[in-house]
This record gives sequence, C-alpha cells and structure tokens, in this order.
Amino acid sequence: MLDLYTPGKSIFHRTSPGPKFLLLLIAGTTLFFVDAVWAPLLALCATLVLYRVAGLPQRKALEQLRPVLWLFLFFFVLQWWLSGPYLAAFVVLRLAALLLLASLVTLTTRSSDMIDTITRSLRFLRPIGVNPDKVGLAISLALRFIPVLSNITTEVREAQKARGLERSVLAVAMPVAIRTIKMADDISDAIDSRGYRS
Amino acid sequence: MTTKDIVYIALFAALTAALGIVPPIPTGFGINITAQSLGVMLAGSLAGARRGGLAMMLFLALIAIGLPLLAGGRGGMAALVGPWSGYVLAWPLCAFLIGALLARRKDANVWLIGAIIAFGGIVVMHAFGIVWYAIFSEIPLGVAFVNNSIFIPGDLVKVVIAALLTNGLRRAYPNL
Repeated sequence: MLDLYTPGKSIFHRTSPGPKFLLLLIAGTTLFFVDAVWAPLLALCATLVLYRVAGLPQRKALEQLRPVLWLFLFFFVLQWWLSGPYLAAFVVLRLAALLLLASLVTLTTRSSDMIDTITRSLRFLRPIGVNPDKVGLAISLALRFIPVLSNITTEVREAQKARGLERSVLAVAMPVAIRTIKMADDISDAIDSRGYRS
Repeated sequence: MTTKDIVYIALFAALTAALGIVPPIPTGFGINITAQSLGVMLAGSLAGARRGGLAMMLFLALIAIGLPLLAGGRGGMAALVGPWSGYVLAWPLCAFLIGALLARRKDANVWLIGAIIAFGGIVVMHAFGIVWYAIFSEIPLGVAFVNNSIFIPGDLVKVVIAALLTNGLRRAYPNL
C-alpha cells in the first residue's frame, strides 16, 4: 500500500499502533498545557532520542521538518515581532516537537496495521450502532475509488478534447460527476445482489 | 445504514483524495491553496449531511493512518496536528452543515445553493481554521484573520464550481 512507512525491526516498529497513538495524544496534550520553554525543548530532545531508538537516521527527522521550514521561519519572525523572542522560540520548538513525534508514529506504523487496529477498536462501539465490518468496507472501497476517479476524469477529458471543450471546467466536471454517481449506484446494487448484509 | 450509504461515503472520501492530485498553488507560507476543499463542498451538497460528514471523517481517518492523500503528498498524523490543521479538521462539520441546510431547501436555485455552500465551505471552515491557527501559534485573532484572506479568492472559485455542479446534478439526478 502507498504509505509513509519505513521498514525496520526496532521496538517502536514492533509496538502495536494503539500505544503509539496514546503516546502521541498524551505528549501533544501535555505540550499544550505546560507554558514553559523547557517543556518543548525536552520533548524535542526526547523525540530525537526516540528516532534513534527506532533506528531512523537523524537525516530522516530533518526530512520531516523540511516542508514546514518556511512556515517555522514565518512564525518565528511574526511571533518575535508580536511578543518577543521567548514566545517565538517556545512556539516554534513546540511545533517541531509535535510534528516530529507525529511523523515518528506514521513512519514506524504500517497503514494496514492501523486499519486493523481501527476496525478492532470500533467493536466497542457496536452497541451504539457502529458496524466495524462496514467501516472496513468503506475504507477498502475508498482506496479503490481513487484511481477509478482519475481514470474517469482522463476519459471524459479526452472525449471533451475531441469537441474542443477540454478547457471548460464544467464540461469536464459535470459528466465526471454524473458517471461516478451512476457507478456508485451500480456498485451498491452489485454488492447487495451478492447478499452483503447491510 | 444501507450499502448505498457506505458506497457514497467511500466515493466522496475518494473524490476528496483524488482532488489532491490537482497541483496546489504555493502561497509561500508552507501552506498551499488546493482543490481539495471542493471535495468537502461536494460531499455535503451531493451526498447529504450524514453521508457527507461521514465521508469526511473517513478521509481524515485515511490521513491519520499515514496515507499521503492531502495535496502535495502530505499525510500522516503530522498533517493533522499542525498550525494549519483547523481547516482540515473542520471538514466533517462543513460537509454536514452544507448537506443539512440544502436538504431543507429542495427547491433552492443556483444562487441559494451557492450561498449555502459558501457558508459551510468558507465561513465555517475559515472560522475554524483561523481560531485553531491563532491558538496554536499564539498570535492574535486579528493577525490570523488577515493571514487567512489569501485563501478566499480560491475558495470563491470552488464555491462557484460546486454550486453549478450541484444545481446541474440535482436536475440530472433528482433522487440523489
């Protein structure tokens, strides 16, 4: 599956997704309630140690921050101008720690494992009418629909090109919308006719 | 929930993901203008309140489990806890509101449809995004409000497209 997973054998890779999400939740909440600059600094160092524990090179950690580097700079300057260097450092450090920890969870967990964990944990919601199997069906269908949608768009665009209409957004979008809705209806009829209990 | 509901939920989650393939316009602040909020508007206006809202929750779940489905190939938990995540996290609510308001006016003309989509897709989404951004980066609401204005022209274009599509589809497919 196309995901952001990086293979490895560390304890972090072997832990099931549940505890990792719990760690992220606790760390994230704590970071927002402690208003001292040492907290994000400590969290940042701890996260970098965890990257080492997970067997990921420090270069990998830097890669996670590269897309938001300009955003950090913008924040830092804005915050310095508004409320001084102390808060500027605090906000940017907190952001970096949180993003790195969140990325660590994503990097060390397979999407398929997370889907399993989600469908398993949804069992507790069965009494209030949530059916985990249906959630699983919706996830698989959504992943399958993504390439189908881009195929339909390509086909319609080619057909409209023959009419000289490929630049009109609506002339492409409307047939795509009608065809996909019709396809969705056909698929649900097909699932029902094969005896899927809903 | 019928099979048709499940298929529609999956379809609109996938549509929002597919719109992420449209190349984003960079703004220079590390955040881009993307076509994806069009998926949110259409989920609400075409799939309805409950299915649209659930479709967006499914989309967020797919992001959370680490699939790079946000425009520019972003994904994973990091994409949901950043300073600009308020917009994305508001998507289920936006789709739900658009669907709920449209369901009450089956006879709405294209202008009213546009107004409802603009309310859910711009007013509510941006309000969420601005407040989240201001709290997250500890800057005053006013500054966040001004920063937010770079997204408004693009979102107005998306509202026009969504309103025209919804209006056309309501006629082509009366029992949507």
